[in-house]
Amino acid sequence: MYAYTDFDQAFVRERVDAFRDQVARRINGSLTEDEFKPHRLMNGLYLQLHAYMLRVAIPYGTLDGRQMRQLAMIADRWDKGYGHFTTRQNIQFNWPKLADTPAMLDALADVEMHAIQTSGNCIRNVTSDHFAGAAADEIEDPRPTAELIRQWSTDHPEFLYLPRKFKIAVTGSPNDRAAAKAHDIGLRMVRDDIGAPGYEVLVGGGLGRTPMIARVVRAFLPKADLLPYLEAILHVYNLEGRRDNKYKARIKILAHETGIDELRTRIEAAFERIRGDFTAPDPATVARIQGSFAAPDFATDREIPTIADPALRSWVDTNVADHRRADHAMVTVSLKPIGGTPGDATSDQMRALAEIAETYAYDELRISHEQNVVLPHVHRADLPAVYAALREAGLHTANVGLVSDIIACPGMDYCALATARSIPIAQEISTAFEDIRRQRDIGELKIKISGCINACGHHHVGHIGILGLDRAGVETYQITLGGDATETAAIGERTGRGFSYEEIVPAVERLVDAYLEVREDETETFLETYRRVGMTPFKDALYGSEEEVGRAA
Amino acid sequence: MSKPQIVTANNLMDGDVVYLTEDGEWSRRLSEATIALTDQQAKALLAEAQAQPHRLVGPYLTAVEIGDDGRPRPAHFREAFRATGPSNRFHGKQAEL
Repeated sequence: MYAYTDFDQAFVRERVDAFRDQVARRINGSLTEDEFKPHRLMNGLYLQLHAYMLRVAIPYGTLDGRQMRQLAMIADRWDKGYGHFTTRQNIQFNWPKLADTPAMLDALADVEMHAIQTSGNCIRNVTSDHFAGAAADEIEDPRPTAELIRQWSTDHPEFLYLPRKFKIAVTGSPNDRAAAKAHDIGLRMVRDDIGAPGYEVLVGGGLGRTPMIARVVRAFLPKADLLPYLEAILHVYNLEGRRDNKYKARIKILAHETGIDELRTRIEAAFERIRGDFTAPDPATVARIQGSFAAPDFATDREIPTIADPALRSWVDTNVADHRRADHAMVTVSLKPIGGTPGDATSDQMRALAEIAETYAYDELRISHEQNVVLPHVHRADLPAVYAALREAGLHTANVGLVSDIIACPGMDYCALATARSIPIAQEISTAFEDIRRQRDIGELKIKISGCINACGHHHVGHIGILGLDRAGVETYQITLGGDATETAAIGERTGRGFSYEEIVPAVERLVDAYLEVREDETETFLETYRRVGMTPFKDALYGSEEEVGRAA
Repeated sequence: MSKPQIVTANNLMDGDVVYLTEDGEWSRRLSEATIALTDQQAKALLAEAQAQPHRLVGPYLTAVEIGDDGRPRPAHFREAFRATGPSNRFHGKQAEL
């Protein structure tokens, strides 16, 4: 874990003190809302549909038991006893009172956490692979890179008022679990001809109103050039990104309008100008960051029992992945109980996760962009005990990667921007597919739901994507198919007319039935089937009878 | 004006949804909102709300239906959710009022 330096600690405390003063001035009337709003947003405080919402960064999704306990304490003391883990590896508290928010930020600072740059037109919380440091396919742990970017981008004077928000994701593996191609900048660790690690730099990805997959601007960037190269990209974007229309202000639009080749030329030119004068990070700082993410002292020589209990076996099959060490495993704790709210955890569950991490997982926890919690290093001998402890906390749902492991944004149940609800759609879909044998028969299927075009629920890259809209005062849901957030990223294709709230869950069931009917065999996933057969059988399943009626009429 | 309107906003201190009442106060119940039947009345109500930035955030006009009891009801599903609370948890107004 990265530990704050005195500088880090002083910086975060100063920000809390400044925010306390800003809140006081807003309350006593010295600041108008227009004056206060940029300050509260820069500190993660939104005003949502029913209340304020505090969005707290979990940098690159990594936290320890002490931090998770503090989040539980905050949930109990200043909120309603739960928190919502998001697709950007943040946690959101949905019910804070304005006057309490400085104390909440102080409590976060006590455990080296903050809410800085979780909103606003700045570089946001840098996200990463939730299996970082543990995955067998990793070239290098991406978190030192993510931490370096965090330090460089925090309060960067040139990049605090960009044309629009800016999101960076880093993956250390060829298998992209960080949705790098859906970010403004995606960094993918690769090796050059002589085996030295560096980055493939992707630019211009993003979901939202105009979804785009990032394109490569640099096939190989040496590690030492990372910060000046990022500075060059941001410099070009800051100068040339559109400020006349917020819907066209992201770098993906600049890339689209300029053309990726011309944009690359401008970035490379800026890089050449910058690199000579760029002050490289202090090697001691870089080494310290690198050292902060050293692997734990793995336990060895423990006997690994055979798993006989069918419930445990079922959970291991779905929620446990191979670690880079054969005697360890990566455990994904599903925050998607049947009928539950995707990404929500109660304070009791947070404390249970902290306890389990401290006891069995070298005190490491991760939050995935798929709104689950990961125990990245668990000795296989401890899997039965971990499962038992999770079961006691109601965290043992065995559905990771299956149809009920749904991403959903808060939607109109909380979000002021939403045009329809998403959480109850997720709840009803998971309930409709409650039978775990049916889920396992269906196999890997990623459903992602957004309650508005901003696409916080990543619907464009869901195998089945659902977008909630307001159509003439009625909640209406559009379906997209064939989206993919991984290294084979693709934007889903719209099926046709949308469905009402009452129609959408049966429509999803019809899609799944159609897949089961046309798949070649049990090993062909939904996405593979879609890519092989195309839209037609799925459209027929959704609209077939309508078209027949249309033809008859 | 096609539909009657009311003024709603979020309370500064806790962000809760509030409605401008007939006596110029702010209620947490939509049913207690004062109703503007003309554009002129609506503009006057909104101006009254905008003059209280120290208490409120983001006041705006929203259309309502009028029930048999003469009280306003949400005309749009967004306002119905604002007047109730989230549907996944029994929190907000549905639990507190």
